[in-house]
Amino acid sequence: MSARDFLPWLAADPSAMADSVLHEATHMVPEHDDTVNAGRRDLVKMLGMGGLLVAAGPLGVRRLEAADRLFGIRGAAESWEPHAYVRIAEDGIVTILCHRSEMGQGIRTTMPMIIADEMEADWSKCRVMQADGDEKKYGSQNTDGSTSIRDFLFKYREAGATVRALLEDAAAKEWAVSADTVKARNGVVVHEFTGRTKAFGALVATARGIAMPAKERVRVKQPAERRWQGRKMTSIDLVPVTTGRATYGADVALPGMMTAVIARPPVWGGKVVSVDDSAALKVAGVERVVRIPETPIPGAYLPLGGVAVVAKNTWAAIKGRDALTITWDHGPNASYDSTAYKATLMESVRKPGQAGRTNGDADAALASASRKLSAEYYVPHLSHAQMEPVAAVARVEGGKVEAWAPTQSPQDARNTLAQYLKVDAANVTVHVTLLGGAFGRKSKPDFICEAAYLAREVGAPVRVQWTREDDLRNSYLHSVAAHHLEAGMDGSGKVTAWLHRSAYPSISATFAPNVPGPGPDELTNGASDIPFDIANMSVEACPAVAHTRIGWYRSVNAIHHGFAIGSFVDELAHAAGKDSVAFLVSLMGKDRQVDLSKAGLVAPASNYGASWTDHPLDSGRARRVLQLAAEKSGWGTSLPRGRGRGVAVHRSFLSYITMVVEVEVLPDGTVLVPRATVAVDAGFVANPDRAKAQMEGALVMAMSNTLYSEISFQQGTVVQSNYRDYQVTRMRAAPRVVDVHLVESEGLPGGIGEPGVPPAGAAIANAIYAATGVRVRELPVGRQLAGWQSKATE
Amino acid sequence: MSSAPITLTVNGTRHTFDGDPTMPLLWYLRDELALTGAKYGCGITSCGSCTVHVDGQPVRACTRRMGSLDGVSVTTIEGLHPTGEHPLQLAWREIDVPQCGFCQPGQIMQAAGLLRNNPKPTDQDIDTAMNNIICRCGTYPRIRAAIKAAAEKRS
Ligand code: FES
Ligand code: FES
Repeated sequence: MSARDFLPWLAADPSAMADSVLHEATHMVPEHDDTVNAGRRDLVKMLGMGGLLVAAGPLGVRRLEAADRLFGIRGAAESWEPHAYVRIAEDGIVTILCHRSEMGQGIRTTMPMIIADEMEADWSKCRVMQADGDEKKYGSQNTDGSTSIRDFLFKYREAGATVRALLEDAAAKEWAVSADTVKARNGVVVHEFTGRTKAFGALVATARGIAMPAKERVRVKQPAERRWQGRKMTSIDLVPVTTGRATYGADVALPGMMTAVIARPPVWGGKVVSVDDSAALKVAGVERVVRIPETPIPGAYLPLGGVAVVAKNTWAAIKGRDALTITWDHGPNASYDSTAYKATLMESVRKPGQAGRTNGDADAALASASRKLSAEYYVPHLSHAQMEPVAAVARVEGGKVEAWAPTQSPQDARNTLAQYLKVDAANVTVHVTLLGGAFGRKSKPDFICEAAYLAREVGAPVRVQWTREDDLRNSYLHSVAAHHLEAGMDGSGKVTAWLHRSAYPSISATFAPNVPGPGPDELTNGASDIPFDIANMSVEACPAVAHTRIGWYRSVNAIHHGFAIGSFVDELAHAAGKDSVAFLVSLMGKDRQVDLSKAGLVAPASNYGASWTDHPLDSGRARRVLQLAAEKSGWGTSLPRGRGRGVAVHRSFLSYITMVVEVEVLPDGTVLVPRATVAVDAGFVANPDRAKAQMEGALVMAMSNTLYSEISFQQGTVVQSNYRDYQVTRMRAAPRVVDVHLVESEGLPGGIGEPGVPPAGAAIANAIYAATGVRVRELPVGRQLAGWQSKATE
Repeated sequence: MSSAPITLTVNGTRHTFDGDPTMPLLWYLRDELALTGAKYGCGITSCGSCTVHVDGQPVRACTRRMGSLDGVSVTTIEGLHPTGEHPLQLAWREIDVPQCGFCQPGQIMQAAGLLRNNPKPTDQDIDTAMNNIICRCGTYPRIRAAIKAAAEKRS
């Protein structure tokens, strides 16, 4: 029996809602065998790891590769595999392989429901299996950029329709009738004239032997024929999740497995000078102390290095690490200080930067504007702080590497493991567990490399467990950012000039040395690709050098772009004496579709990996979600003192979202959210309930980003350590009502997981202004509203 | 460091523990008993992912030392209901509460403690009882709805 057989979630059964017995714990009890020699306590010599780099542009690391190879039958003994995503057994069980990672967005339900719908499968006979990392077979598995449905909807539909046609062909052959006279229906094929039926399982033997259907025979369903796509479906993992039997990264156990906790350099680029591990080795249960070589910065996806304590259980490993005495050389970033850096960024945005979008002449238009306004905004470093700190299990045996991990990108994990351990990728297997939250953190396989490195060093399977402190202090942080905006208006309040400069250390600084700051492509993540109709625009990127590992975090740069732009336009509306919604509608101008690559954007501008033909900037869609949210929220009706509504509209990840957030600000400055209204145009939405859940989650996460969270640095080191000082949204402040309206559309799908965050942050800040008269320009809000009642009367 | 063995009941089964008495209950459950429903999220009682019941009351397993647990009865999410059909578990599925699901065992165990002590909680009772259990995915509105639905069904 392989270890995989112990992972219950690998075969989640969507019909098991009433039958939780199917999900009996099959978790393996760890056997603490003593085959690993506890006496071998010599330090492992440092390996020369050289400067390994993953080549990647700023958003390039997130971009999906085309997934072309979708067809191909592979021999399988018991079950037949008509498609990389589908297996059918003779007993009629249909197994759908989910190749994307489940981190709360619901893909393990959404992908199977699309395929099963197109197949005309019987949902109660469908099972979902998590695919191992194999992008050649499945197409890209890199689950980020809100891409699963927007890049794969049509491939899933075609996969299901292909299998349906194949089963129909098999039935026609068995009955010796024309394929036009048979139709698949809910797990069986029916012969129209005679009413004869044959179950999918009974057709497997024949279907195996016939050719794939011709392209013309493969007909994707018309909207009216769909059974589940676009409807509410019950998520498939609810029983294991609510009974504690779902398997996340840290839940995997292998025979003889040990647990490691690692002391990593507290400063980016730091190194171990000396280690005294004598006390650590005396802790009961500690087996080994192992040096992991530091990767020279920038380091990309590779481990930071440090000193690992490998023990029989997690507690012993934690205690062992506490007992280490390490002298560090903190390296080139030892003086990084976020207060000083903020001043540096602010200076940077006060000077012209590299052009990301140029329309007309913003400088001249500003000079001649009858009214000018300018404001600056600041957003600190943020951490994903996903509930599950990263953890991974690995085993290295006979030159083969096998890992179990909550990874967003098994393909990057596999390739990085191969590179790091210098083995062929063919000898690396990555099994994907459920992800206990991810938000971009789990795209980076550094923690999986740590587990594999240690497994090889100690000759036993190893689980690496990051503590919450590790997670906050050694992460790939969301970029700190500063923004400088100027606008000019004419006498009627029409905006005629727009100047936007931003500075933030670039994600690409994690992948390449000497990156001076963000490039034009990062501005296309919600700053230069805005839907406003302004004749003279200049959107610029200003220098900012990275002093810590920067990574993408849900919505990425759109978090601070959306906050700054959404706040500034609200300031303009108030300055012009106009209602914010009316002002935004007029700012959109006439409904129009624009190919921005030909209308002012500076190369290399991107459109979230899509073409401008498929996804032009569509100001009409932005206007409609704005008006929809305004109408549904009761915009304009009065609220009691201390309450206020804020609005923001934003396009990111190819979706258009407006949030109207209502806040209540208590006298002590505490912000509550009684209600929010969300209008979403994301094209076709396959799983509306999960899309709504993503909007609820985006708002709650934006509350954290806006109201509470901040990672700061002193002497190169993260100040915060745990949820006690890295605050996130909790129940008391959480929204009472989140009213989500999805625009019904057959349009090309946009993203769902990320685009809700950017408008939410600005809408919260704008609501705070409406409620209190205090304009928050620096995040987090924190204690800034204490005593607002006296401030507001200024 | 070894002291007298500790005897405790976990989900109805008696266990004896003679290891490090400073080991938190969470790691005993997860590493020794392979009961991984209680999750590690912070280790300092800040997030509630590790919530289990000790003698019927919700506690944070991440800081309860084994040395203090002689004679107690522990219930984890795996033992909350024999077939996984506690009213809260049913309400959770009905409302499709979880996103990633990682925090949900802790949420359900905390809510089960709330309903045991207070079968008809007000909004404020729910806020107070649930405020220490973080859901980073932001499922709070649905958690609230599910607790209310379960409370209503039971009465
Ligand atoms: S792990 Fe126990 S409260 Fe967070
Ligand atoms: S569902 Fe993901 S943390 Fe709560």
